[in-house]
Order: sequence, then structure tokens, then C-alpha cells
Amino acid sequence: MFNYTIRRSLLAVPTLLLISLIIFLLLDLAPSDPTANLPLTIPPEVREKIRQSLGLGDPIYIRYILWCKQFFINEPLNILEHIFGWQIGGDRLRVLSWQTRSPVVDLIVQRLPQTLWVVGLSYVLGIVIAVPIGVISAYRQYSWFDQIGTFISMVGFSVPTFFTGVLLIVIFSVWLGWFPSIYDTTHQVTDWSSFLVQVKQMIMPVSVLALFNAAQISRYMRASMLDNLNQDYVRTARAKGVRERIVVLVHVLRNSLIPVTTVIALGVPQVFGGAIITEQVFKVNGLGQLLIIAIQGGDVPVVQTLTFIFALLIVLFNLIADVLYGVLDPRIRYD
Amino acid sequence: MPDEGTAVLDVKDLTTVFQTRQGNVHAVNAVSFELQPGELLGVVGESGSGKSVTMMSLIGLLPSPPAKVAAGHVRFANSDLLKVSDEQLRSVRGAEIGFIFQDPMTSLNPVFTVGFQLMEPLRGHMGLTKAQARARAAELLDLVGISDAKRRLSDFPHQFSGGMRQRVMIAIALACDPKVLIADEPTTALDVTIQAQILELVKELRHKLGMSIVWITHDLGVIAGIADRVMVMYGGQVVEQAPVRELFANPQHPYTKALLETIPSVRGARPEKLQVIEGQPPILYDFPRSCSFSDRCAHAFESCRSQNPPAFAVGADHTVSCHWNAEAGAPRNG
Ligand SMILES: Nc1ncnc2c1ncn2[C@@H]1O[C@H](COP(=O)(O)OP(=O)(O)OP(=O)(O)O)[C@@H](O)[C@H]1O
Ligand SMILES: [Mg+2]
Repeated sequence: MFNYTIRRSLLAVPTLLLISLIIFLLLDLAPSDPTANLPLTIPPEVREKIRQSLGLGDPIYIRYILWCKQFFINEPLNILEHIFGWQIGGDRLRVLSWQTRSPVVDLIVQRLPQTLWVVGLSYVLGIVIAVPIGVISAYRQYSWFDQIGTFISMVGFSVPTFFTGVLLIVIFSVWLGWFPSIYDTTHQVTDWSSFLVQVKQMIMPVSVLALFNAAQISRYMRASMLDNLNQDYVRTARAKGVRERIVVLVHVLRNSLIPVTTVIALGVPQVFGGAIITEQVFKVNGLGQLLIIAIQGGDVPVVQTLTFIFALLIVLFNLIADVLYGVLDPRIRYD
Repeated sequence: MPDEGTAVLDVKDLTTVFQTRQGNVHAVNAVSFELQPGELLGVVGESGSGKSVTMMSLIGLLPSPPAKVAAGHVRFANSDLLKVSDEQLRSVRGAEIGFIFQDPMTSLNPVFTVGFQLMEPLRGHMGLTKAQARARAAELLDLVGISDAKRRLSDFPHQFSGGMRQRVMIAIALACDPKVLIADEPTTALDVTIQAQILELVKELRHKLGMSIVWITHDLGVIAGIADRVMVMYGGQVVEQAPVRELFANPQHPYTKALLETIPSVRGARPEKLQVIEGQPPILYDFPRSCSFSDRCAHAFESCRSQNPPAFAVGADHTVSCHWNAEAGAPRNG
């Protein structure tokens, strides 16, 4: 298992390099101009100068290698210095945003907590809701509980989050006035009442995303449970006189969780991507919003870096899913 | 008939119906039989004749819905297993009645060790501590002929061959010293040599442990080798019951005769082709009002199509449900 993990990680290196190159080439092909958002009064020569100063005059391979050096060498060194207090020395160029001129990695570090709180929490919440719903729906297949569960997950699955998000805002912010419609990221939690404010502003974005995630995962959970409930080993467990609760929650659930865990692990990077829209709706200035603004502003370094990080997450969680599969299923052996 | 009251298991008029979309499937129709202490009762019949459903109905192993045990009594240890609470039934299953299934490849849970699965009934029914259960589990594996038992307890099912897994299943079924062992085609999925080993094992354990066994099989050769008494099932009914020698020497029901003729003979001239029973066993959408074998029977006459034959006693401990009197070669009167 250890060897397998190492081998897969090493294999991921060329894959990721290729992905970064493709992203770079695609962004270069895109007809975006970092100066397009500047006032029209700026004369073309000045615009050209600005472009040159951003390094756009260099040949594409130079720019790509520069980005690689900055992202793969300089930034990790910075992080190491930061964590361990080392002084590796030297002036290192960092990946800079064209819009704000601040290092992209710093921007990401600023935005990450908001995304993790809202998106991460909603994913965890989605799982916590989905697993029991899936288990009960499967065990009581076609009962009213199962029917309602199926209906809600159909709704959660097929109605896009920008619709449910706006709907919640209209109902709970505009009509009832219970929750704020905008997520205030500058809000500091210092005491009980400010904590309540934080909870209040998180409720809507978190529930929109949690509903969406739970809808998906509960379907998988239900299908997987149904598969396993009909297996012969369940009959064996019952024939042994094992308590029904243990038959379902130990024998069946343990088997059913194998594919579901894989789905959950593979879903983590998608959650970051998929949350872009919800973050926009509730004005959560997380990573999704950072990406949208960067795309609109033609801020190639930010787009390149963020997209690449999403790709990295996908590769990483694929590996995690595979390793988890091997851990959970004794029949799988990686040598 | 042996005297009432001594039987370990006494089943009367057991009737099981599956409620499906196509209608009610009457899988078991008023089945009655007894199992004496230490006896091995062979159950034979074609696929779909209701052998498994009968045995699973006894101890509530059928999924409900769609299955519904509609009528009958199952007397076991002074209680009626069809009337007792779920909790009581659970304390009988795996403790006093052990069950072995047909397919050893899928009957064990793939993600738990063999030791865990073997210790589950020991801890649940006998209240053993973990250490005691482990010691007993190793003994059991040893008993069913698995060498290096202690170490193999921490292996997973996929690390065992099919025959070994069936041995593990037998160990699980025997874990709590059951009074009755129900074996549902335990050797069908195994190759012939392994099949013979398992049979030997059961024969040996049966005398060692002195339990009663219900052995379901398609294989009349197996029955001839191990059974004391045989029950032939067709269309969810018992069509003939007799001691094993009597049944082979003097079969009364046309279906039993046909079954016996399908056994290819090793000696003598080889027939042109294998004997088969023409036609298909029925799927009954109603409780049978006529003999369910009449469509495939050479002797069938009006009564067979208008009246379901009751069990007639035709000899010592030999009953047959047929309107045709095979001895006389004429319809039975009365
Ligand atoms: N879940 C079910 N739903 C509907 N009908 C069923 C179901 N399970 C079994 N039956 C019916 O019950 C009848 C008896 O099946 P059973 O499994 O007892 O046969 P069997 O004698 O054990 O056959 P085999 O030798 O193939 O194991 C079959 O005709 C089948 O149609
Ligand atoms: Mg069967």
C-alpha cells in the first residue's frame, strides 16, 4: 500500500506538469487583455507598456517556465520559511496578481478560510445528513420516508444552487428578514452574540450547498445499501441470529460505505469548483469569487494558479479515493 | 409414524406466499414433516419446488415483504416458531438451529475476518468473552478440518478456497451446538472431490455432535449415501416421504420414479440419451386445487385435475400424495 501510494504520487508529477502546461496554453489562447478594464482614455502606447511590464512581451515558453519556477519552487520555499522560521535567503520572485500586484498565494490564503468554512462545512453537513437518509431509505425501500427522501433529493439534485440560493434569500432575507442576504467576511467572532451573527449569516449558504451535496450522496448511499441488503452474507448474518440493527449498521453499512467513500473523496475538489456560484449568490468572498473576478479582469496568473490548484486537488483526491478503497476493502491489494 | 412429541422439529401445514406484482406466488403449500433426534432428513426436488423457501420460512429468514408465512405450525423445543417474538426467534437462529447455504463464495461477509464472523454467534448467544470466543472459534475451525486454525481466524474470506469457505460456514452453523442443522444444497457449488470431503465431514460431525440434519439437494446419489429418510417436494408440496431404502426400492409417486430414472447408471448399457422429466415445474398463482404434477404425469386422470391428492400411507413410515396407486396400477379408491 505504501509503495503503491509513492508510485502513484510520482506518476502524478508528470500528469500535473502536463495539466499546468495545457492550462497555460489555453489561457494564452484566450483573447483576454489585462488592460481592457483600464479607462479608455489611456493611450495605446501606454497600454502596450503596461503589457510589456507584465511580461507579456516574452515568448510563451519563457513565461511558462517562469511561472513553473515561481509556483513550484519559490512558493513552496516561502511556505517552508514561513512554517519553520528558516531563512533560505535570496530574493525570490512570486506569482503576482496583475490586478492587485499582490502575491497570488497570499490572496488564496486570505480567501481560503471563508471557502473552507462555508463550503467545507456544507460538505461535511451534507455527508452527515446523507448517510442516515440513504441507510433508512434503502432499509425501508418504497416507504413514505423513502418516497419523500427520493423527492427531496431529486429536487436538491436537479434545481441549481443559484436558484435555491436566491429563493432562500427572497424568503428568509426579504420576506421574513431572519438572515442577512450578504455574507460579511470581515465579521469577527469575539463573543456569544457575534458568534450567533456568524451562525446566522452562514445558515443560508451552508444549507443551500449541504442540500445539494446531501441529495447526491444520499442517492449513492441508498443504491449501495440496496445492493448489499440483497447479498447472501446478509442472510447468513440473520441466520446466525445477529441483531437486526447490527446486521444493517455493521454488516451491510460497512460494505456499502466502500463505494460511497470513494464518491465522497472524489467529490471534494468538485465542491470547491461547484461552490463558485453559491459564493457569488451570497457574496462570500472565497476562492470561487476570487476566480470569477480574476477571469473578468483577465488576471492570468490568478486564473492559472487557481485552476491549477483545482487540478491538483482532483489528482490528489483521486489518489486518496484509491488508497481509501484499498484500506476499506480487504479484497483489494495494491502491490 | 414415530410417536408424536419426540420429534425435534414438527412442521404442520406450513404455507408461504410471495406477494408479487404478478400476483401471489404460492411457493410452499401445506407442507408437513417431522425431524427425529439424530436423524438426517434428505429433501429432494427440482429447482423451484420450494425446498429453500420451506426451510427459510421455518426460522423467519425470508424477506417480508414479499414473503408471508400464511399458515402452519413449527413446533420446536415446546414453542411454535411462527408465533414467537422476533427476539425469541433470533435467539433460536444460529444457536439451536444452524443454517448452511448453497454458495460459500458469497455467504460470508467479504470485509470481516473469518474469526469475527465465527465469534459473532458465540458472543451473541453464548455470552462468551472475546478471549473465550476466540479460543472456541479456533477449536471450531479445527473441528471442520482447517489447519493452522488460530492464525487463519484473522484471515478474510477471500483468502480461503470455496471448499474451505464452506467449512467455515459449517463451523459457523455448528458454533453454538445446534440441535438442528439445515443444509441448503451445501455442496452444489463445489467440485466433486470437495463435495465428497464435505459429505464425509458432515457424516463424521453428525455422529460426534448428535444433531438432527435437514439436507437439501438435487443429488439423489448424495441422498442415498447419507440420508435416513427422504422427503420429495414438488410444486411447494411434499409428494412423497419414506425411509431412504424404501424410497429407492419402492418409489410410489410418478414424480419420484421419474427423478430416480434421471440418475444415469454407471453399470449396464448406456441409454441413448439422458433421461429427463419433460416439461417445467409450475409457478402456482393460487393454492393448488388439483395435483400440480398432473400436467407432466403419464398416469393423470380426472381426479388428478379436480382434486389435490392428500397424503396416503402406503407402508411403514411411507406416505405419498397421489391418486394413482402404483402397486395396483389403478386409481386409488378412498
Ligand atoms: N422472492 C421471491 N419472490 C417471488 N417468488 C419467489 C421468491 N423466492 C422464491 N420464489 C418462488 O418460490 C418457489 C420455490 O423456490 P425455492 O427457492 O424454494 O426453490 P428450491 O426448491 O430451493 O429450488 P433450487 O433447487 O433452485 O434452490 C419458486 O418457484 C419461486 O418462484
Ligand atoms: Mg434452493
